[in-house]
Amino acid sequence: MDSKAKGRTTPRGIGRRKFLKYSAGTAAAGAIAATLPAPAVFAARPIKIGMVSPETGPIAAFGEADRFVLEGINKALKGGIKIGSQTHPVEIIYKDSQSNPNRASEVAAQLINNDRVDLMVASSTSDTCNPVSDQCELNGVPCITSDDPWQAWFFGRRGNPAEGFEYTYHFFWGFDQVATTFADMWKTMPTNNIVCTMFTNDPDGIAANGDHGMPPLFRSKGFDVRQLGLYPPLSDDFSAQIRELKKNDADIACGIFNPPQFATFWTQCAQQGYQPKIMTPPKAILFPTAVEALGPRGEGTSTEVWWSHHHPFQSGLTGETAQEFCDAYTAATGKQWTQPIGFKHANIEVAVDVLKRSASLKPEDIVEAIADTDYKSLVGPVTWKGGGPKNPIKNVCTTPLVGGQWKKGEKFPFDLHIVYNGSAPEIPLDSAFEPIKYS
Amino acid sequence: MEWLNVLIQGSLLGGLYALFAIGLSLSFGIMRLVNIAHGDLIVLCAYVALIVVQGTGLDPVSSLIIVLPVMFVAGYLLQRGLLNFTLEGGLLPPLLVTFGISVIIQNALLLGFGAYTHRLQQGAIETQSLVLPGDIAIGVYPVIIFAVAVLSIAGLQLLFFKTKIGRAFRAASDDADTAELMGINKRHLFALAMAIAMIFTALAAVLFAIRTNFDPASGPTRLILAFEAVIIGGLGSMWGTLIGGMILGIAQAVGAALSPTWQILAGHLAFLVILIILPSGLFPRTRD
Repeated sequence: MDSKAKGRTTPRGIGRRKFLKYSAGTAAAGAIAATLPAPAVFAARPIKIGMVSPETGPIAAFGEADRFVLEGINKALKGGIKIGSQTHPVEIIYKDSQSNPNRASEVAAQLINNDRVDLMVASSTSDTCNPVSDQCELNGVPCITSDDPWQAWFFGRRGNPAEGFEYTYHFFWGFDQVATTFADMWKTMPTNNIVCTMFTNDPDGIAANGDHGMPPLFRSKGFDVRQLGLYPPLSDDFSAQIRELKKNDADIACGIFNPPQFATFWTQCAQQGYQPKIMTPPKAILFPTAVEALGPRGEGTSTEVWWSHHHPFQSGLTGETAQEFCDAYTAATGKQWTQPIGFKHANIEVAVDVLKRSASLKPEDIVEAIADTDYKSLVGPVTWKGGGPKNPIKNVCTTPLVGGQWKKGEKFPFDLHIVYNGSAPEIPLDSAFEPIKYS
Repeated sequence: MEWLNVLIQGSLLGGLYALFAIGLSLSFGIMRLVNIAHGDLIVLCAYVALIVVQGTGLDPVSSLIIVLPVMFVAGYLLQRGLLNFTLEGGLLPPLLVTFGISVIIQNALLLGFGAYTHRLQQGAIETQSLVLPGDIAIGVYPVIIFAVAVLSIAGLQLLFFKTKIGRAFRAASDDADTAELMGINKRHLFALAMAIAMIFTALAAVLFAIRTNFDPASGPTRLILAFEAVIIGGLGSMWGTLIGGMILGIAQAVGAALSPTWQILAGHLAFLVILIILPSGLFPRTRD
């Protein structure tokens, strides 16, 4: 009873007067500390970089490497960044988008209003890049995004090519590059020139199937294109499409699938005896685990390659080459490298380079530094000042794209070989493009 | 001939949907439990099978020797330890609790296995096919799935109508409180029903995981198909569930043959039409 009573009085023990006395004391101590010569390394306020990425939810595979990437970057930034005469410590505040555009927008607003970040980075599909960019544009916070085809980022946000955006910049390849890469890659192999296309009925698929999408581009390259149309994203059965593929006798099948639908489709193709020479399902076979899930039938499928361990680039921040970075990732996680991890790293690297060149931490100065970027990143050169095909729009920087094919691997079940590099000859070929083998 | 092919492929797909629906049909029919987590439980079972396959080197189908008993026990504990407590307060508590379970399963799997997709591999049988006259190729594996669905439902039918425990199930389904007055331990009986439901869920999961990819987020899309199959067939009727699955599958196949865009929509439309004409499904057995 006694102790209970005591316990209750203690919090009340600090009365108004005592509180004032204590707080005055701390304030005085703070004032003294400020007048003394700074004993700490960093006298300046920390620079805050906000980062939004899908760590959980359906597209979490894109964010798998986030922790690893941040660890490396934080190590490289231990010494802080010098802006003007002051060295600022750097704090990267990471937020999970939960693979949800509304959530991405919400956490971006939190980063802007509560954490007061100086610069924002975001990556992985329109569901992350677009809402975060929109928040930043609205609030006047500089933002750099990546890993989303640039048309989806720019036109998806109703951008006007003549005006562009003020605060938001993006680097990645575009849909036109993918279609060109596929068509030119297919041409390196003799086929009957018949291409059948099929796409999911979602924003990606509708854009790819449309008048400015892939089929017209394939036609302009001389292919006989038969469009099998859009199919629902959750489809469990593709026998209707396979009947058409067989009827059309297509040597080349190309389509945007989600991984589970492609697994179903490709198994049914085998059951129904449809054996194309070329099967190009971008997106479905982006991750090596998705190819492993196909079993032996994963071998020979082809896709676009944005980045690989053999890309001849190195990080301007850490000095690591693509190969070294991938090896470190495998050593740390036991997992095979994937294409998004390079872009995750580059996204933050570019932000750091911008801050290093910025005259101050004012948003206008940071934006000026972004526009003036000419940086060699882990995924290749990034610049927003060149114009031409590299910068189709002032806020967009394109990155090189090559063609790849999954082949039997050495350390892991499958390796992604670069088999076509016509559009970016600086990226070395791993092997020749081959027809799919059926036993 | 082409339409015959459409019909065959659609029916085979329906077998898969019926298999998804058996577990749901049981918990719905006996306990009036609307199990929102059913799709995620299917995915959970697939991951359990993945662990067994990777740990023991067994092939996926043989892994059922371990997976089925494990899920039987898990189902019993889930019902006895948690879901039984939600059944007293009307329709909403089980909905909310199973919704919570669904979220927990998805995130726990993401934490444990990452977001990457997996598939179980059974080897050559996956792609073997029988070619019928008229150039109709039928996959051996879809036929196996269909056969398993039919046999499962026949087995359950025997259990319900030829055994003592089956009579208890039916009694509890008709009026759980009166059944309890007759000396049936409702809590134990419901837990047993969930345990049996989980056996068929696990069976569906392994066959599904051989057929296509799964990842932690692929559960909810399975739920709606299972629901529709149960509702079309009529509450509490196992054969109805099979017919419900087949109607869904055939409707989808016909829709896809007309235009690929209509595939899923056609299934949902068939569901709606039947719901309008026969609100309690084709072969309703239970009365509420």
